Amino acid sequence: MHIPDGFLSTPIWAGLGAASLPAVGVLARRVQRELAESAVPRLGVMGAFVFAAQMINFPLAAGTSGHLVGSALLTYTLGPASAALVMSAVLILQALVFQDGGILALGANIFNMALGGVLAAHLSYQYLARSGIRGVGIFAGGALSVFVAGALALAELGLSGVRIPTAILGVSLSLLALNGLVEGALTLLLLRLLEGLNPRWVQMPEAVSRPALGILLIGGVLLVTGGVLVASTAPDSLEWLAEEIGLAERARNLLETPLADYQARFIAWPWLAQAAAGLAGLAAAFAASVAIGRALARRRRG
Amino acid sequence: MSGEPLIEVVNLRFRYDDGTVALNGVDFRLFDSETVALFGPNGSGKTTFALHLNGLLRGEGEVRICGLRVDKNSLATIRRKVGLLFQDPDEQLFMPSVLEDVAFGPLSAGVPPEEAFRRAREALAQVGMAHASERAPYHLSAGEKRRVALAGVLVVEPEVLVLDEPTTYLDPPAHRDLVALLGRLPQAKVIATHDADLARALADRAVFFEHGRIVAEGPVEELIERFGWDACVARRRRTSAGQDS
Amino acid sequence: MHHVVLEQWARRTGPVHALDPRVKLGVTLLFLIAIAAGPPLSVAQFAAYAGLLAGVVLAAGLPLGGVALRAGIVLPLAGAFAAVSWLAGDSHRGLTILLKSYLSVFAALTLVGTTPVARLFLGLKRLGVPASLVLVVQFVYRYLFVISEQVQHMRLAAKSRGALERAPRRYRLMVPAGAIAVLFARSYRRAEAVHHAMLARGFTGQIEAATPLRLGAADLVAGGAAAGVVLAVRFAF
Repeated sequence: MHIPDGFLSTPIWAGLGAASLPAVGVLARRVQRELAESAVPRLGVMGAFVFAAQMINFPLAAGTSGHLVGSALLTYTLGPASAALVMSAVLILQALVFQDGGILALGANIFNMALGGVLAAHLSYQYLARSGIRGVGIFAGGALSVFVAGALALAELGLSGVRIPTAILGVSLSLLALNGLVEGALTLLLLRLLEGLNPRWVQMPEAVSRPALGILLIGGVLLVTGGVLVASTAPDSLEWLAEEIGLAERARNLLETPLADYQARFIAWPWLAQAAAGLAGLAAAFAASVAIGRALARRRRG
Repeated sequence: MSGEPLIEVVNLRFRYDDGTVALNGVDFRLFDSETVALFGPNGSGKTTFALHLNGLLRGEGEVRICGLRVDKNSLATIRRKVGLLFQDPDEQLFMPSVLEDVAFGPLSAGVPPEEAFRRAREALAQVGMAHASERAPYHLSAGEKRRVALAGVLVVEPEVLVLDEPTTYLDPPAHRDLVALLGRLPQAKVIATHDADLARALADRAVFFEHGRIVAEGPVEELIERFGWDACVARRRRTSAGQDS
Repeated sequence: MHHVVLEQWARRTGPVHALDPRVKLGVTLLFLIAIAAGPPLSVAQFAAYAGLLAGVVLAAGLPLGGVALRAGIVLPLAGAFAAVSWLAGDSHRGLTILLKSYLSVFAALTLVGTTPVARLFLGLKRLGVPASLVLVVQFVYRYLFVISEQVQHMRLAAKSRGALERAPRRYRLMVPAGAIAVLFARSYRRAEAVHHAMLARGFTGQIEAATPLRLGAADLVAGGAAAGVVLAVRFAF
């Protein structure tokens, strides 16, 4: 989902902007190094492809229609760095020329779809694929690329104070899960078709094949995402839970000390403390998976 | 038509990554001021051959442009001497405006912007598209796109023009205009085409490609007759009827 | 079509159109930040911001009604969230979402309606966005419409063969999937061909600017004035 401007709170859009922009800069330089300098425009053409493909209707059950997002497809054909760069470019264009998504919100949208979605697709395949169940890795990659991106968007909205009652949250998550299933199936189908046309187009990530670790990581990401969602949209329930467990006192102290100033200033946003904690947790989860991924890759090579 | 050939190809062989043999020993020569038509079925290697003439593809055998061997160091010079016009103008016009696209060549070569744009305007005038300099290429008609693409190639003053199916998608008036325009250009030309009328109007001689080799060479009309390379059935019936009587 | 209208607006000439795109980008960003980073808008603030935007639109010679209407593109989404907030008892936030998102889209439209896309991209590059990213954005824009048109043609072809409505259920997924696979193939081929065409004309990796950007006194004065008004509205109310 493309978040427009005016929805997110400043810590969220600014924080995610501060995180995404340098990340995209690093990716841009990396892509420039990896591809021949003159081959960068080719990515633009593939970006136009994905943008156009997103507009194709897939008839699902009962008159509804689904659409391909394409981050997983791009990841498995262009590689994760190029895929992330292309998705970022598409998002920038969508925000500027089509007003689909805000300009300030680009940081968040890029974080969710270009970085989060691509990373989810990449890691899913790396950890879940094994000869014989390769399809599972691809399906999971497609499904998670959409689900993680959408869940992050919902989390950011909730953390910004946008009211998402539990019922609506439930419906949104169900729809997201459905979209995820569609994306997974489509990605799998499309990759099979593409392999049939020209096997060289498909560049799957190297399978590290630790299914247990993969499932653990994915589970971890889902849990944290879910946790943040619940925390952000139902702050009262978190407090109640904390009270029950007896963490309330300790948590209050922890949250109050470093963030007391913030709380004092943003009196209108008492949830800021939770927001910071939640966001930090999410960032930590992602950083952890990237670090682990790299460590595993290094161990395999060395 | 004397002196050293502008293009000299000896025993050119090329195989794609997936193993298909696209060119299987091609010998070819192009001399100054002449226009040669490349005939042959789809997939016979005409386009692959054309891509070798400015070093976009490099196979085994020898390709010399104005005496220069095609290799890594000579690419920049060769690409200035050989102007390649692609079959799909949308692939060729990649800049946001017509003027910028035509100026792309000189700008890439290091010509200062003011001079580059002056030359671009001249080239556009030469093809009759000066009025469209600020427009986006996407909005032009097929014929207009082709003329702009041609301007983009002419602006660097090449010695040879290589054209891949230049009359595709053109309506009759645009077709006539393009043929007239090409006829006015002094450069030597290699034209890969299915268009018998174009070949008749412009080419001095023709070669026929089949399975990656040139299997015949000779006057245009002779090759058209021999291989039945004229799509217009009525004219062929008339021609053969004329020959009988 | 939305982008066609925007392109037509952007192609006009006038004092606002002539301003350096970096100045316009900067002022737009300042405006968006002032709105987003501020507390909920008061009615007076909303009116002041709207007035500022309207003033720029009119100075640029764009149709005010047209811009205002197109800014409404965000209202369905904003309205949905606003409604949910209102039902959850937080009508204040709901209204804030509506007002802020509408003004933000209006500002974005004003920017893009007064700056041709190519100049906008050049401005981004000069402001520090990585060159390869801008290059990708330029080429997405260049080929988006060509490829979209291909999609439309394929859709018509499929429809005329009954593949969309009359096909048996299990083929319904195959038709669009097949179309996307073919589209990928054609786009990949096209990407290679564009690469070849660029190499054939001497491309080495950098695209030179058409008419380079030059900041003039007018740009600084206009930019400064606009920024001043934005900040005044933000802090004075």
